[in-house]
This record gives sequence, structure tokens and C-alpha cells, in this order.
Amino acid sequence: MLPLIQKEVVDRRKWISQAEIVDIFAISQSVPGVIAINASLFIGNKAAGVPGAVAAALGMILPAFISIILILLALINLKNNIYVEKVLGGIRAASAGLILLAAIKLGKGILNRKNILGWFIAFLSFVIIALMNVNAAWAVIGGGVIGYGTYLLKWRAK
Amino acid sequence: MIVSYLKLFYIFFRIGLFSFGGGYSMLPMIYQDIQTFGLMSPHEFSNVVALSQMTPGPIAVNAATYVGFQSAGFWGAVYATIGVALPSFLIILIIAAFLNRFKSSPTIQAVLAGIRPATVGMIATAVLFFGKTSIFHEGFFSLSMVRNPLHFVSIPGMIIFGVTLIGATLGKIGPIPLTILGGILGALIL
Repeated sequence: MLPLIQKEVVDRRKWISQAEIVDIFAISQSVPGVIAINASLFIGNKAAGVPGAVAAALGMILPAFISIILILLALINLKNNIYVEKVLGGIRAASAGLILLAAIKLGKGILNRKNILGWFIAFLSFVIIALMNVNAAWAVIGGGVIGYGTYLLKWRAK
Repeated sequence: MIVSYLKLFYIFFRIGLFSFGGGYSMLPMIYQDIQTFGLMSPHEFSNVVALSQMTPGPIAVNAATYVGFQSAGFWGAVYATIGVALPSFLIILIIAAFLNRFKSSPTIQAVLAGIRPATVGMIATAVLFFGKTSIFHEGFFSLSMVRNPLHFVSIPGMIIFGVTLIGATLGKIGPIPLTILGGILGALIL
């Protein structure tokens, strides 16, 4: 989705410069929230202040919102249809594959051989959520605390 | 009714607030919350994630709309969607005002350096949660699996899963055609 945004607001409309959009994408991905909504809020705010941010976010949300409601309304009548269940089952299995690939891609971008602490955090986060059923928010908080703790230790060592 | 609206808003606000790394990494949190609050079954939620491969927009918005609509109708969908988007709104407006300080703060960068690997673990969990509703059967990961592993695996599900992996990596096929292919194969072999 991000390349599409870039094409529209940098190349076509020239609301934002190339350097700014790189910053905006980097920050949108590093703060909490939905990345595409973060980016649209940022761009909207730059181009037209808070009303611009609201308008841009609504523009990002509405197609997703409307399409899901339409699908749900269509599926209501077909709910117990055996073929719908089979098709959805096939789509779920395909999605499991797509999510696995997304996980590998994300992992490659973040973890590397030198980043042992990173592997440890990722492993810990998997174990507490998948095997111990701890709420996933704690994995985020724990990762942040470990990150900050290591920074403090390094800073002290200096 | 107003209670379920507020509950939906609260659940999705929290999800928006604690989701880093976008899309799939917030799935475990949604999976856990819909079960904790008894909103819908993981099986049903997996359908929306699956359909999200083909619908426009961020997966989190799709999920909020779906869960909200199924548990409290149209306004439920509105509250859940506002909930998931509002943390973004508050955080981005604050950060936009302090952009340079945010980028150069070593503290914030250190915290983020710890959170990023945690999101890798979260998305790995999402694969497992998702697999449980499509390629593994109930009881996967339990001790009895050692005795009879095939009993806990859906063979047709595994075939579709494998076809998707091969199609995406070797065939360089996009997610939308692969999702449609998965649906067709599902109708034929599941």
C-alpha cells in the first residue's frame, strides 16, 4: 500500500517531498497503530492540518469498512451453505501460507545473526503468547522494557 | 446495547494502541480478545482475515468492522473501527508536533529496537493461531500428537497451504490470485 501512497502524494499531487515521505513511512511503521492510517494522518496533517488528517484517515478507512459490510450482508444468506464453508476453508489455508511468508519477510528485516537479543525477544514473545496465552500487549511492553534496559546498561558501561 | 458498543470501542482501542508493525502482528491480540470477551469463535474470525486478503484497506480495519458488525450490528462496526483508528490519530498528531525530537531521541529508538523483535514473535503466533483453523485440527501441539501425527493435520488444508507457499515463492504469484485459488481448491478437495 505504501508505494501507492507515495506515487499519489509525492509524484502526482506534490503535497510532500521525497525526503519527507521516507520519514513519514519510517515513523508510521515505528509507532503503534495501523500503519496505513498512521501514514494517511501524517500526510493529511502536512497537507491541510487536522481536518486534512481526519479526511485522509476516513479515506483510508471507508473502502475497508464498506467492503467488509457488503461481504457480510452477502454471506448472511449463505451462512450454512456447505460450499461457502469449503471455499472459506480453502481461503483460510491459503492465508496461513501468506501469513507465514509475511512472518518470514518481517523476521528477515528485523532479526539477523548478530542480533541475539532480538532473537531472544522474538522467541520469548512467541512462547508467552502462543504457549502461555499471555495477552500479546505484554509482549510489546516487555520488548520495550528490554530494549530500554539494554540501552541503559550500554550507556552505563560507557 | 450501549455497553457492547463501549466494550467494542475499548477492545479495539487497546488493539490499536498496542499494535506495532502493522497488519498481521496485531492478529494474536485480536484472537485473544475475541475469546476473552466472548465475541466470536477463532474459526469465524479466521474467515475475516482470509477475506481481508482480497478486500481493500488495512487488515485491522477489516477486522474491527467485521467483529463489530457481527457482535453489535452496524453501529458496533462503527465503534470498533473508530476504536482501532483513534490511537493512531492521537499519537500521530502528538508526534507531528515533535517530529525531530522523536527521531533523535535515543530512549525512544532503544524502546523501539526492543519492540520490533517482539512483533516478529507475535506474527509467528498469528501463523499458529491461523493454522489451527485451517491446516491443523484440535489438539495440535498436545502429547497425543506424537503417537498419531497425521490425525491432527488436515491433508487437503496442507495441500492448499503448500500450493500457496510454492505459488508465492517460486511462482511469484500475488496474494489475491493465490487466495482465489485457495478458495477454488477448497471447494474441490476440502
